Amino acid sequence: MDSIKKSPKLFDQAIILRALVDTFVKLDPRWQIKNPVMFVVFLGAILTTATVIHELTGGKSDMFNIQITFWLWLTALFANFAEAVAEGRGKAQAESLRKMRTKTVARRFVNGQEEKISATELKVGDIVVCEANDVIPGDGEVIEGIASVDESAITGESAPVIRESGGDRNAVTSGTRVLSDKIIIRITSEPGNTFLDRMIALVEGAKRRKTPNEVALTILLGALTIIFLLVVVSLLPFDIYSEKAAGMMKSHSSLTLPVLVALLVCLAPTTIGGLLSAIGISGMDRLIRHNVLAVSGRAVEAAGDIDVLLLDKTGTITLGNRMAMEFVPAPEVTEERLADAAQLASLADETPEGRSIVVLAKRDFGLRGRNIKELGARFVPFSAQTQMSGVDIPAMDGRSARSIRKGSLEAIRAYLIANGAENQVSSMSMHVTQMIGTDIAWSGGTPLVVIENLEILGLIQLKDVVKGGIKERFEQLRAMGIRTVMITGDNQLTAASIAAEAGVDDFIAQATPETKLQRIREEQAQGRLIAMIGDGTNDAPALAQADVGVAMNTGTQAAREAGNMVDLDSNPTKLIEIVEIGKQLLMTRGALTTFSIANDVAKYFAILPALFATLYAVSGANGPLAALNIMKLASPQSAVLSAVIFNALIIIALIPLALRGIAYRPRGANAILLRNVMIYGIGGLIVPFLGIKVIDILVIALKLA
Amino acid sequence: MHLHEVVQIVLYLFFLLALTPVLGLFMAKVFNGGHTWLTPLLRPLEKAIYRLAGIDENTEMRWSTYVWALLIFNFIGFVVVFVMQMIQDKLPLNPQKLPGVSMVLAFNTAVSFMTNTNWQSYAGETSLSYFTQMLGLTVQNFLSAATGVAVLLALTRGLTRRSLQTIGNFWVDLVRTTLYVLLPLAFILAILLLGQGVVQTFSPSLHIQTLESHTQIIPLGPAASQIAIKQMGTNGGGFFNANSSYPLENPTPLSNFFQMLSLLLIPAALTYTYGIMVNSRRQGWVIFAAMMVLFLMGLMVSLWAEYGYNPVTGIAGSMEGKEVRFGVTNSVLWATATTAASNGSVNAMHDSLSPLAGLVAMFNIMLGEVIFGGVGAGLYGMLIFVIITVFIAGLMVGRTPEYLGKKIEAFEVKMSMLAVIAPSLVILVFSAIACVTDAGLSSLGNKGPHGLSEILYAFSSAGGNNGSAFAGLNANTTFYNIMLGIAMLIGRFAVIVPVLAIAGSMANKKNAPFSAGTFQTDNATFVVLLVAIVIIVGGLTFFPALSLGPIVEHLLMLAGHVF
Repeated sequence: MDSIKKSPKLFDQAIILRALVDTFVKLDPRWQIKNPVMFVVFLGAILTTATVIHELTGGKSDMFNIQITFWLWLTALFANFAEAVAEGRGKAQAESLRKMRTKTVARRFVNGQEEKISATELKVGDIVVCEANDVIPGDGEVIEGIASVDESAITGESAPVIRESGGDRNAVTSGTRVLSDKIIIRITSEPGNTFLDRMIALVEGAKRRKTPNEVALTILLGALTIIFLLVVVSLLPFDIYSEKAAGMMKSHSSLTLPVLVALLVCLAPTTIGGLLSAIGISGMDRLIRHNVLAVSGRAVEAAGDIDVLLLDKTGTITLGNRMAMEFVPAPEVTEERLADAAQLASLADETPEGRSIVVLAKRDFGLRGRNIKELGARFVPFSAQTQMSGVDIPAMDGRSARSIRKGSLEAIRAYLIANGAENQVSSMSMHVTQMIGTDIAWSGGTPLVVIENLEILGLIQLKDVVKGGIKERFEQLRAMGIRTVMITGDNQLTAASIAAEAGVDDFIAQATPETKLQRIREEQAQGRLIAMIGDGTNDAPALAQADVGVAMNTGTQAAREAGNMVDLDSNPTKLIEIVEIGKQLLMTRGALTTFSIANDVAKYFAILPALFATLYAVSGANGPLAALNIMKLASPQSAVLSAVIFNALIIIALIPLALRGIAYRPRGANAILLRNVMIYGIGGLIVPFLGIKVIDILVIALKLA
Repeated sequence: MHLHEVVQIVLYLFFLLALTPVLGLFMAKVFNGGHTWLTPLLRPLEKAIYRLAGIDENTEMRWSTYVWALLIFNFIGFVVVFVMQMIQDKLPLNPQKLPGVSMVLAFNTAVSFMTNTNWQSYAGETSLSYFTQMLGLTVQNFLSAATGVAVLLALTRGLTRRSLQTIGNFWVDLVRTTLYVLLPLAFILAILLLGQGVVQTFSPSLHIQTLESHTQIIPLGPAASQIAIKQMGTNGGGFFNANSSYPLENPTPLSNFFQMLSLLLIPAALTYTYGIMVNSRRQGWVIFAAMMVLFLMGLMVSLWAEYGYNPVTGIAGSMEGKEVRFGVTNSVLWATATTAASNGSVNAMHDSLSPLAGLVAMFNIMLGEVIFGGVGAGLYGMLIFVIITVFIAGLMVGRTPEYLGKKIEAFEVKMSMLAVIAPSLVILVFSAIACVTDAGLSSLGNKGPHGLSEILYAFSSAGGNNGSAFAGLNANTTFYNIMLGIAMLIGRFAVIVPVLAIAGSMANKKNAPFSAGTFQTDNATFVVLLVAIVIIVGGLTFFPALSLGPIVEHLLMLAGHVF
């Protein structure tokens, strides 16, 4: 997908540079306090710094304490950096969007007079006109005209799109450019609150609020930090008691303030604490790279919880256009005659459906397309009233006049009655039943009746073509526990057939906006979370009701307002990717939390034997608790230092994972859980043992302790 | 270990496992208001109680009302026992003519029995009259256990209800539990124990002339009735000071077996009851399995430590501090069960356990009394860990965490962590205070790391509402009576209130239906995760303190060093 290419790489140089600056800006205590875990690190670093300064002014300089202090600050900075990098990607994107918001001149109509004002002075309800090459000054609806519009600035898609009054494609976005024709627009949003403005705010993360799950996780991490604070605070009296019991002198105590702070910082879940907001931001960022804008992180999180997807048949499950599959002639009519008539009636029909009839006739009977003009024919286009199309060919060269019509069963019936051919109606019904029974409808086709001069020639079987690979996609979704419900305006039989072919779990036939809304409410009442995608005004209530409502960018302003996401590509299949991104976000959070907590086991085995190395020593240097030094770290100082260094470096090491999200495959919950527990749970137990040992070897080699 | 000792353990586990569904099913019927064989007998009595107390058994309470009812009821229980002790010299049934108890000790004891802790700073036979024991302590033994069950029932309802405000009626839960479960079970056990020779009399202590012409005092009293509920209700407060190591409280191997079995019986059976009430027996068995795994892990470490070679004494399988009638295995099994179950009764002195066995006993309590745990309390405590496990591990399947279809959100996490932090705070901070104050140190019976173990054990026992003592520590001082009293209050109510808050918030939520994408909480994987979270959270919290107590003591012992 080219939209991914245009967005910045995981580590862009410019982003890194900007993030480095932000890293230090974020040391502001007002910023730090938002994250309780990192705030404890921040305070700890200040405390040890004070200790070091106190020592230095007292003429002592303890390289160990200085190093601990240095690494504590780095821990705080690394967490800041993670957040800054995550934000930086959005900021870069926001900047390019902001460039579009140059000073636009609006041509406003006042009492029929056109006047030029700045776009920033526009009010809701103003009427403006835009012609070729004009930049649309504000969000609005086309109330008159049709135009091709270049929306690449927002969507990244270079092909122009059509915007026209009425219907579901009347929404225009400020900052996009009219390429041809002229449209009159009614402004629907205040300047400063346009879609573009909101988009900038979103990608920039300016209004970022913690999502519900993030809040809950922050509480858990904060509570764990409180527990570890209790552990460290109570350790000092226990140590005092033990040293007295062991008959040691006070000066021997290895429990200095920097060491205690180091212990606290190592135990506190700094890995997840430092990466938590980066994970959240990058989730939004991944959506943006898929050209989807979410109004809030809450929506992204909800996407992971989705139980039911409501998918429109057309465009999502099927290719969007029905294709002619077969000619079924009436008795005493040859198939070739039917094909000929059908092709003639479709020659001027530029719809994919019409074209497919021409192609089928050519393929099966070698019938060439003929020039309608030469025949002097008059094309009768499809209209909403008649529900049919056709062609009238005047009598010429000895041939009698032909009037061919094709349309649905109901439309042709009405046409026959209107033209006084009631007798044909009953025979048509009979023919149709005879010819196809209910076969065509059952196999997912819709019959199109062809008549010539009020005589029934037969049927054309039209069929929806299900997209390749969609069935497998639905199977994956089912494995993930997500049910898919197909929505279609087709009748029950047709819908059932396509549903079976595509492998959806359920379908709603002859769907209306009301039935959609009804279905969403029913599912929600049973505790399920629903996602749907829609574009038209009539989708707005359902989009608003759904837990995740994705509006297509080509859709109406009403739909875009109602949903909590907008798909800039207007690709209905996107819903599946949105769900996957939501799941990946939650999984990444869980995995790093597990990893962070599991890490503590190794840190205890590094720091505790170091703290109490000489306690209860009978003879020689080492006390009995040195037995806990199972990593055989070189010295108490090197052990504490190695643990602190590991604790800091692991944050940096995991930034790419936090930004990218952990590997995700659509599977059942049990399989996913097992895999993640193995990698992040068991891995989280083992990795720090190895890491701390390696760092200890380096620390000794570099003579740092 | 001998074969017959292994057989005893296997028999014990077998009976526990076999009785769990039997009693569990019975309790589920009772709590759901169903008909049992006791109904014809007890239903009129139950109705009479409601009528007398003016309770409408069909009116349900919101969680806040439930909390208030519980707190007020417990407070009244506290006041009654508190006053009764101080004026016992003016009350009947005091053949020993014991004086009234001091205020500080009375406070400690009243709190202790109200909170189902049964920490005993007093010595039963020399401090409390039969009247106080029977009408004060034994009554509280029933009511504190019933309170625990009530909280569990409220939480269970919270987890199963959909979009409701109420979580049941505290008075009904209390009355049903006492009447249909605790009284009949205690009655059966009391009869069984009487048959084995546990004493039940109003006679004063016997003064006997021994063969060496010394006078020996043999304490007596109405013990069997109190001991039955002491074991059944995970109370643990012995009638006599020596608890179940005293021959008249626990005379025979069979009585020992009955008492050990009844230690874990109700807490284990409640997991089955829970399974029925949440409409998935598997959910109940999963929790049972996690508890059993933790229990067996502790038991094995303890047995290994006790039967291991001790380089200081030069023997393996030390009998010091253990009752000769029962031997090492039964002592270790009892010690593990009583600390797992928040019971606290003993048949051997925990002070004399080898360091690692002592560590297991202490760690069982520190984990929050969730390995079967107290009656009701153990299961609701474990459910807190279930919520935390679901929250951490559940995220890893890519959904916001949910348990039994209920979303776990900020409020539940906050309350769960509160319930975990409160006892930890008590154990660590109060022990720390005792470690650096003269008042705390002067009670110590041992030096070196064992002294620290004694302090840690005392506050763990109080904070975890266990009630067993490491002995060696003279707890009947103003400092310890008050500190331990406060510890017991925090350990009990700082858990109960958050649990009921969770019940209320859960009841109000919708139930998401189960799908293939849901994090499963009824399989072996979840048992492993739950066990891991319990051990890791407990381990991370207490490992440093334990390393300075029993761990270093063990290492010193291996080096042949004692204090």
